[in-house]
Amino acid sequence: MSSVVAEHDDHHDHGPEKGILRWIFTTNHKDIGTLYLFFALAMFFVGGTMALIIRSELFEPGMQFVEPQFFNSMTTMHALVMVFGAVMPAFVGLANWMIPLMIGAPDMALPRMNNMSFWMLVAGVLLLASTLFMEGGAPASGWTLYPPLVLQTGDALPFAIFSVHMLGISSIMGAINVIVTVFNMRAPGMTLMKMPLFVWTWLITAFLLIAIMPVFAGAVTMLLTDRFFETSFFDAAGGGDPVLYQHIFWFFGHPEVYVMILPTFGVASTIIPVFARKPLFGYTSMVYATSAIAFLSFIVWAHHMFTVGMPIAGELYFMYATMLIAVPTGVKVFNWTATMWKGAMTFETPMLFSIAFVVLFTMGGFTGLMMSVAPSDFQYHDTYFIVAHFHYTLVPASVFILMAAGYFWLPKWTGNMYNERIGRLHFWLSAISVNILFFPQHFLGLAGMPRRIPDYAVQFADWNMISSIGAFIYGFSQLIFVWIVFDTIKGGSGKATDEVWEDARKHSLEWTLPSPTPYHTFEKPPEKIPTEHF
Amino acid sequence: MKMRKQLYSGFALLMLGLNSAQAAYTLNMTKGVTEISRDVYDLHMLILWICVFIGIAVFGTMFYSIFHHRKSKGHKAAQFHENTTVEIVWTIIPSLILIGMAIPATKALVELDDVQEAEMSIKVTGWQWKWEYEYLDNGIRFFSTLDAASNAARQVGSGIDPNSVPNYLLNVDHPLVVPINTKIRFLFTAADVIHSWWVPALGWKKDTNPGFINESWTYVERPGVYRGQCAELCGKDHGFMPIVVIAMEKEEYAQWVAEKQADIAAEAGAAEKEWTAEELMAEGKAVYDSNCSSCHMPDGSGMPGTFPAITDSSVVTGEMDAQIDLMMKGKGMMPAFGSMLGAVDFAAVATYIRNDLGNSVGDSIQPKVIQSLQAEVASDEEDEE
Repeated sequence: MSSVVAEHDDHHDHGPEKGILRWIFTTNHKDIGTLYLFFALAMFFVGGTMALIIRSELFEPGMQFVEPQFFNSMTTMHALVMVFGAVMPAFVGLANWMIPLMIGAPDMALPRMNNMSFWMLVAGVLLLASTLFMEGGAPASGWTLYPPLVLQTGDALPFAIFSVHMLGISSIMGAINVIVTVFNMRAPGMTLMKMPLFVWTWLITAFLLIAIMPVFAGAVTMLLTDRFFETSFFDAAGGGDPVLYQHIFWFFGHPEVYVMILPTFGVASTIIPVFARKPLFGYTSMVYATSAIAFLSFIVWAHHMFTVGMPIAGELYFMYATMLIAVPTGVKVFNWTATMWKGAMTFETPMLFSIAFVVLFTMGGFTGLMMSVAPSDFQYHDTYFIVAHFHYTLVPASVFILMAAGYFWLPKWTGNMYNERIGRLHFWLSAISVNILFFPQHFLGLAGMPRRIPDYAVQFADWNMISSIGAFIYGFSQLIFVWIVFDTIKGGSGKATDEVWEDARKHSLEWTLPSPTPYHTFEKPPEKIPTEHF
Repeated sequence: MKMRKQLYSGFALLMLGLNSAQAAYTLNMTKGVTEISRDVYDLHMLILWICVFIGIAVFGTMFYSIFHHRKSKGHKAAQFHENTTVEIVWTIIPSLILIGMAIPATKALVELDDVQEAEMSIKVTGWQWKWEYEYLDNGIRFFSTLDAASNAARQVGSGIDPNSVPNYLLNVDHPLVVPINTKIRFLFTAADVIHSWWVPALGWKKDTNPGFINESWTYVERPGVYRGQCAELCGKDHGFMPIVVIAMEKEEYAQWVAEKQADIAAEAGAAEKEWTAEELMAEGKAVYDSNCSSCHMPDGSGMPGTFPAITDSSVVTGEMDAQIDLMMKGKGMMPAFGSMLGAVDFAAVATYIRNDLGNSVGDSIQPKVIQSLQAEVASDEEDEE
C-alpha cells in the first residue's frame, strides 16, 4: 500500500494539462468550478439581454420593438436561462470550488461524473437556446410551461422538453456529487456540526434537487405524451386536468426557488462573520432553520395557485403552512443581524454586497409574507407585485451574493487582490439601480398591472419608464464585474496574502492554503479544524 | 469623474420621470367597491404595516450596528455567538404575529368562498383572446373584445400615440353590465387555455380552466365603470383582452336587458333578409378586425409556422363549402366560429375574406344559408352527446 502511495506522490506537483483539452476533459474540482462559474456569468448576460429587450418594450406604452409572441418568448427564455443557466450553475460552480476546500478534501468524490454534469448542462442550455430559431419561435408560455398553452408551442416544444431533461440530469448528478463528497470526504475532525454553513446549505440543497428534478422531468414528459402520443393527462376532454400540471410543477417549483436561495444563505453566513470579526451568531439554529425551510418548501406549493379554484380547506392549509416559513426565515435574518452586532466591521466589497443582501432579501421576504395571505393574494397574484417580490429574492439576494462570493474568493482563487475602488463602484451602482428597477414594480402591481404583458394602459407609464431606466443602469453596471474578473486574473491590485482577509483562517479551511490555491490541495488532510463557531 | 457625471444625469432623468408622474399614478391597491374588496384592502394594509414595523426594528438595529460597531471607529469585536433566551424570543414573537394575521385572513377567505343565495348568475368563458358572457337567468350572451381604437393603436409601429386613445387597452366593444346591490354569482370556464378574470375593484381574480367550472361572487355597491384585464398568460394577445364591468341601478339594468333582448331578436330578423355583396363586405371588415385579425393579422398575412395566411390561402380561394365548414367547426387553435358568431356576422366575414385582403374570388354567401348550417351543426353535436 505504502509503495503505491509513494509512486502516486511523484505526480503531485504536475499542474494542469495545456490547451483546450484541459478544460474539456478536466476532472479537477477547481477547473470544473471555474467552467461552471464562467458559463454562468456568460448566461447571466444572455438572460440579462433578454431582460433588457423586455424592459425596452415596456419603456413606453404602445408596441415599439417586438411582436407580442416574441415578447412572451423573451419572458419565458429570460426566466429559464437565468434559473437553469445562470443562478443554479453559478452555485454549482461555487460548490465545486469551495466544498472540497472547506471540508479539507482533495477533490469532489466523483470527478468524472462532475465533468459529465457540466457538459450536459452546456448541451442542455444550448439546445434550449436553439429553440429561439425554430419555426413558431421559442416556448412562450412562461417558464412554468402551463398546459394547455404550452402545447400550442411550435416545433420548439420537444426540444425544450428534452433540454429540461438534460438540465435535470445534470443537476441531479451535481447534487449526488455534493452529497457523496460531504458524507465521505470530510477531513478527520470535521464533524457535520463543524462544517461551514455554505457546505451545510449546499448539502440540504442537494437533497432538494434529487427530490424535485425527477418530478419536473415527469411533468414535462407528460406534456410530451399529451402532445405527441395521444394521452390526456392535462386535457379535460380526455379525463385529465390542466390544474394537475400546476400541482406537479409547483411541487418541483417551490423547492426549486429554495435551491437558489439556500446556498445564498450559506455564502452570506460565511462572509458576514469574517468582516464582522465575530463568530456567526446561532450556528446551530442556522442549520436547523435551513432544514426547516427545506422541509416546509415541500408542503406549501399550492400558494402559487391560490386563484386556480381550490376547495377552501386547501386554501386555508396552504395559507397557514406558507405563513410558517416566515419563522425560520426570520431566525436567519435575526442571526445575521446579531452577527454584526458589536462586531468590528469593515466594509470591503463582499461585505457590502452581503449587507445589501440581508436588507433587500428581507424586503422580498416581507412581500412574500404579504402574499401568503390568500385573500390578499387574490389581488397580488400574477401582477407586477409578484414580479417585484421574486426579483427581490433573486437579484439583490442570490445574484448579489454570487457577486459577493466572487469578490470574497477571487483573491484566493487567483492569488491577486481585485481593485477595491472599482469593486465598490460596482456595488453602489448595482445596489441603487436594482432598487430603481424593482421597487416601482410593487406600485405597478398594486395599481393593477398584470405580469407578462407586452403593453399596458397609460396610467402605468411612469413607473414602467423608471423601472426600465433602472434596468439599463443595473444591466450595464454588471459589465464592471467582468472587468474585475479579468483584471484580477491578470494581476489586479497586487498579490493577495494566503489569509486574504484578516483572521479569515479562524473561520474556514480554505484560508489556510496558499494563494492562489495550488492545482491539488489537501492531499494530506488538514491537521487543525477551525472552531470559530464554538 | 465621468462615472459621476453619468450618475448625476441618471438621477436627473429620474426626477423628471417622477415629476411628470404626479397626475396619473397610483401607488397602492384600490379599496374597490365591494365589501370583500375592502376586507382585502384592510388585510393588505394591516400586513403592510406589520412588515414596515418589523422592518424598522430589524433594519434600525442593523444600521445602528453598521454605524457604531465598525473597526474604523476602533470598536473591538465581542465574541458572543449564542443566546438561547434571545433565540427563543425571536421565534415566539413572529409566531404570535402570524396567528394574529391568520385570523382576519381566514375570515375573509371564508366569506369570499360563500356563493350561496346569489340572485343572478353570469357564466364567463375565456377565449383566446376575448371574453364570453352568458347571463344564465335571461339568456343574453355576447363576446367582449378589445375596442377598435386600442386595437389599432397597439399594433407594432402603428404610429398612434396610446395617450390619445381613451382608456387605452382597458376598453372593450361590449362591456359586462351588472346591477348594483345584487349578489351575483360568477361561473368561470375557458374554451382553449387557462385565463384569469380580474377586476381589481371587485377585490379578487379567478382562473378560468378549460373543462372545469370555478365560482366566485360579488355584490357591487356603487354604480360605475370598473376595468380589469386577463391575469393569466394565455398566449400572444394575453395583454389585449381587457374586462369592463358597468354597474348600474337595478331599473337601468332592467332596461338594458330589455334592449339587449330586442337587439337579439332584430339580429335574427336581419338574417332572414337578402344581403347585397356590398353590405356583407362592409359588415365583414369589422367582424374580421375584432375576431380574426389577432391571429391572421390585420392584412391577412398570418404568422408563418403558427397561423396560416388568409391572402392566397387555398382554402379561402377554393370551394366556399370547405371554407365555411372549417370556419364553422374550427381546426387546431382556431375556435369553432359557428357557435361564436351570429349568422349575419358569419356570412359577412366569410364573404369579406374571399374578396379582400388580397383575394378576389367574387362570390358571396347569404346569412340565411349560414343560419340553416348552424342549426345543422348544433343538432349534429347534440346527436354526438
